[in-house]
Order: sequence, then structure tokens, then C-alpha cells
Amino acid sequence: MTFREAINLAMIREMEADPSVFVFGLDVPDHKRIFGSTRNLVEKFGEKRCFGAPLSEDALTGITMGAAISGLRPILVHIRADFMLLGMNQIINMISCMRYMSGGKLNMPLVIRAVIGRGWGQSAQHSKSLHNFYAHIPGLKVVMPSKPQDGYSLLRAAIREDNPVIFLEHRWLYDVAGLVDETLKVPLGLTRVVRPGKSVTVVTTSWMTVEAIKAAEVLARRGIELEIVDIRTVAPLEEAKIVDSVKKTGHCIVADYDWVFCGFSAEIAALVHHRCFGQLKKPVERLGFAHVPCPTTRPLENIYYASAVNIIRTVEKMLGLDETDCSKDEFFSYEKNFKGPF
Amino acid sequence: MLARLCEEKIRQVYASNELKTPVHLGIGGEAIPIGVGHCMPKGTKYFGTYRNHTLYLMLTDNTDAFFGELYGRVTGPGKGKAGSMHLTAPDQGLMCTSAVVGTTIPTAVGAAFAAKYRGSDEWTVVTFGDGAMEEGVFFESLNFACLHKLRILFVCEDNDLAIHSPGRARRGHRSMQQAVQAFECHTHSGDGTNLLQVIHATEQIKSQILKEQRPGFLHFTYMRHLEHVGPNEDFDAGYRPRPSTEEKTKSDPVANFQKQLVAMDCADDLLRIEVQLRDRIEASVKKALASPFPGPEELYTDVLAGL
Repeated sequence: MTFREAINLAMIREMEADPSVFVFGLDVPDHKRIFGSTRNLVEKFGEKRCFGAPLSEDALTGITMGAAISGLRPILVHIRADFMLLGMNQIINMISCMRYMSGGKLNMPLVIRAVIGRGWGQSAQHSKSLHNFYAHIPGLKVVMPSKPQDGYSLLRAAIREDNPVIFLEHRWLYDVAGLVDETLKVPLGLTRVVRPGKSVTVVTTSWMTVEAIKAAEVLARRGIELEIVDIRTVAPLEEAKIVDSVKKTGHCIVADYDWVFCGFSAEIAALVHHRCFGQLKKPVERLGFAHVPCPTTRPLENIYYASAVNIIRTVEKMLGLDETDCSKDEFFSYEKNFKGPF
Repeated sequence: MLARLCEEKIRQVYASNELKTPVHLGIGGEAIPIGVGHCMPKGTKYFGTYRNHTLYLMLTDNTDAFFGELYGRVTGPGKGKAGSMHLTAPDQGLMCTSAVVGTTIPTAVGAAFAAKYRGSDEWTVVTFGDGAMEEGVFFESLNFACLHKLRILFVCEDNDLAIHSPGRARRGHRSMQQAVQAFECHTHSGDGTNLLQVIHATEQIKSQILKEQRPGFLHFTYMRHLEHVGPNEDFDAGYRPRPSTEEKTKSDPVANFQKQLVAMDCADDLLRIEVQLRDRIEASVKKALASPFPGPEELYTDVLAGL
């Protein structure tokens, strides 16, 4: 099934199992259903449990917390992570710290879902991720799945979680299909070795996992084996698999779906330099967005975002190799699937 | 009276520098939470601000825990990690208080929404100052509550000050009640220094709500007798005129109510109660000073559930 179907199924299963779970947010029940992820929820569970909301993201975020401390399990949805910024006061000044200040008496079993990243000429206000912002704040969990199985299992885990979870879903993943085992439980807080390899460790978040898999395919042809570690849960972060991998390969690239400066990739780079100091053959390289606001026009958008080709070139530079000829390779292009309107 | 005596005690001990946390004292405003609270049934959920001592004492009657928290001891409701500005007592109805203006208003709406979702007729009360009504989140919350016809009382404790800034320097409208009346809710505006009037207004709005389910907005004016934060008066600072002795007495809700009780021949009872309370407070302060601080391992507890 596709990632969108997996997200949808996760919510359906949790809403079936627990009447205290409800979903709301701007446009959640309209005919487009948040890129299809909230399909059938109104039909199956009624307007009481799946409903739209006024354009009041600050209050909606506070309402989410109020419902959570009152025994419900709310899921707030933002069609774009950029809109979540309106609720930052609530996320950072209230949700993250009230449990701490209540001596552990206030529990907040809430999920905030948001769609992140590149769309279709979406530009600077519809393209962010900001997982590093949320991971930076004690008291929040941050999850970024990169395939349908993880989308399903991690969202179910996030809904069962008794803590606030920020759940970030890349727009392009929505159409990606994959096997989903409904019975497979995946806890929060674990990274995943996507592909074993001995040449270079590539630590990835969200869509960069997909790009890294493509880069690995291309490089495998010349005997370079990338080991890809998909972060999945940004906070709390599991360090072990990352460290074990770099100790083995001696080389590390962090391909993060965000700006590089002060981004999550800096955290991984610091971790790797610190824990794998003796094994590293080269300093850690970091890939991400160009440090500019996201442009709309396609040619600039194409160089703003990091991609499989950037990963390939970085590996080659790191290992002192000449460039692979990728002219015959077919890389992912959203244009193939999508012609608008948004 | 408990609230007043506790606040006076804080003023006394503040100079000893043992409290080490900002305190926003409620002297002058006691009648509002107490009057409203008097009318609410058991099980009502309360949300408030950093000026929360009256609310906390009203709902818990626990001076040991109160002074424990203020003195930063592990015996406080936040184990010392909350301090005066963020007192909570969820088991007794005080769900959440906050130091950032306006931030508990949507939380309260969420609690009221949860009550409706569960089919409960439980009430939610949220208190906030006049400054909070300039924050966008107030109108967002009011709008949502009215849209969903939630059983919630929005209670504005209006002392016409946001720290040192008077209402006329901040507002582009003249009436709090009128600003809210455009929304589908019941409203009332009145004097917050008269306990019986506060009770009467609350009873009235409650019965209006029971007849026609919509949120209620109660607006009460009062005088903040002390500085915004801290134990002293600051009329010499010049941002507001010094009230005459008569004005001060007239705006003192505890003095007002005491006068009414004395006229009903309760002077002896009042004296007895006051002595009992002072003794309790002394004992609680002593107890707090003798209680342990949280150990270093407590730094890391209570951040997330399940750890």
C-alpha cells in the first residue's frame, strides 16, 4: 500500500481500538482529506471524532494539550509543517514542560502530524521540516518515517505513546508504495539500518532515505557499498547503530532533510566525531538544503534540495574517486506523478 | 482569608531570600476566584495564571505543599521544579497555571472540549488578566468554545494593568464585555472586590448556561494592591496614582467581606478563624524550611512518561 494509505490505516486501527482517539485540524474532513491521509475517518467514526477547525493554530495546539491532559488522545493535523509555527508558544512553553512542572501528574498523550518538505513549486512557506527545533526541546518526541511500513507502525506507536509526539511526513512519500504488515509493532526511539554496506555510512532522515537508497544502487555498480542508517525517531535518538556503523566504515555522510547550518545533521556529526574519533578516516560530511529560503522556480528548486546525485558526488569526493556517469540513470522526479494544483 | 494571610506571610519572609522565585501576589483580587469557585460543583477543572496563590489555596487548602513549593522543597506539588508561577493540583481540580500570558486559555478550552466529547456535564473555569484579552489566542479560544458550545467560564480578573501599562495605553476598544458579546456566549461585567456580588454574578451566569448551553464570560474589576511581582507596594513608581486610604479599604475584598460578617455578628468567629489560620501558616512555613530540597536525580524525572 502507499504511505498515505498506511498513515490512514494506522489512524483507523487506533480509532477503532480506542474511543478516546480523535483527529482534527484545518481541512481534515474536506474532499481532499490532507492529501488523502484522513480518508474515510468521518464516514467511519463521525464528525465527533474527525472534524475541521477554525484558522487558529495557536489555540488548536493548546486545545490539543487540554484534551490530552483530560484523558483523550488527540491527533492534530497540519497540512504543512510551516503552519505548526503558529502553535510554537503552546508546543514549547506549555506542552514540552508542563508534565515536568506538575511533578509528573499531567500526562500528554498527543500527536501533532504535519506534512513536510518538497512539493511542487511550493516555495519558502510550504517546504520546511524543523525537526531540529522540536528535538532541541526536552519533553517532546520527534518522528520522521521514510516508508509505508514505518509510517503505519510508528504512527500507531505515536498514538499509543503517553507523551507528546511530533510526527513529520514527507509529501513525496505519500505516493510511495511498500509492504505493510499490520501486525508489526515498531517502537519509537529506534534507528534502522536500511541497507548494510562497508564503504560509507549515510545517516538519513525522511525523504533523504529514499535518495540515499537510489545513490546506493548507482554506486553499487562500481563496488561501493553504502550503509544507510535511517534515523526514524529524531528524539529520543538511538546512537548505537550509527556509532557501530561508522566504526565499521570509517566514513560518514549525514543527509538531513533540512538546512545544514544549525540543523540536526550537526548533532549527528558531533556524535560521530566524538564516539568514532579513532575510526574516522575523513571528517563527517553534511548534506541538506542550501542556506537560502526555498525558491519556487524549478531550476533553482532542483539545486536547493539535496538529492541522490549530491550523495553520490560526496561519496566520490570522500573516497577520492572520479565521478560516476549517471547520465543513463533515472532519478526520482515528482513531475512524473504530479501536474498540480498544489 | 487563608489566601490573604498566606500572601502577607510571603511578604514578611521574602526578605530572608529563601524563596528565590518570583511571586505574583493576589492581594486585592481574592474575591474573584473564591467567589466563582464557591458556585462551582466538585469536579470542576480550573486553569489559571502565574497569579495563582488564591486559586491553589482555595482548591487544595494545603499550606504545607504551598510553602513547600515556594521554598523550592521536594514537598511542593511540583517537587520544587514548578515554583510559584506554575502551581498545579490536578487531583483537586487545578489543572494548569502558567507564566506566559494567555497560554492556559486554550488548554482550558481543550479540557471543556474533552468534557463534551465524553458526554460529561463537568464545568471548566479559566481565569486570566485583562492583558490576556489582547493576545490573539484569547479570541481564538473564545471562538472555538462558542463554535462548539462548550461548558466553560472565561473569567477575566481585570486590574487594568499589564505589569505597569494601563489599559488605556493598550486597547483600541472601551469595553471588555462588548468585545466578547459579538461571540455566542453569555456575559457579565461587575465589581470584583465584593465577594457576594461575584457569587451572585456567577450563579446567574451558571443558570443562563444551564438554560442555553454556551460559554460564559465573567469580567470583574479589582485593584492590584502591590507591585506586579514581589512583596512590596510600588505606588511611588509613578505609573499609577497612589490610592487614598479610603480607596484602598474600599477595594479590599477581604476587608469588605469581613465588615459584612461583623455586621452579622461574626466578629468572634472571625478572630478565632484568623488565629487558627496564622498558626497553621506558621507551622507550614516551619515545616517547609525543615523539608529537603529535591535531590540531583530529580532534575531528570518527570520530563516524559514511561521513564
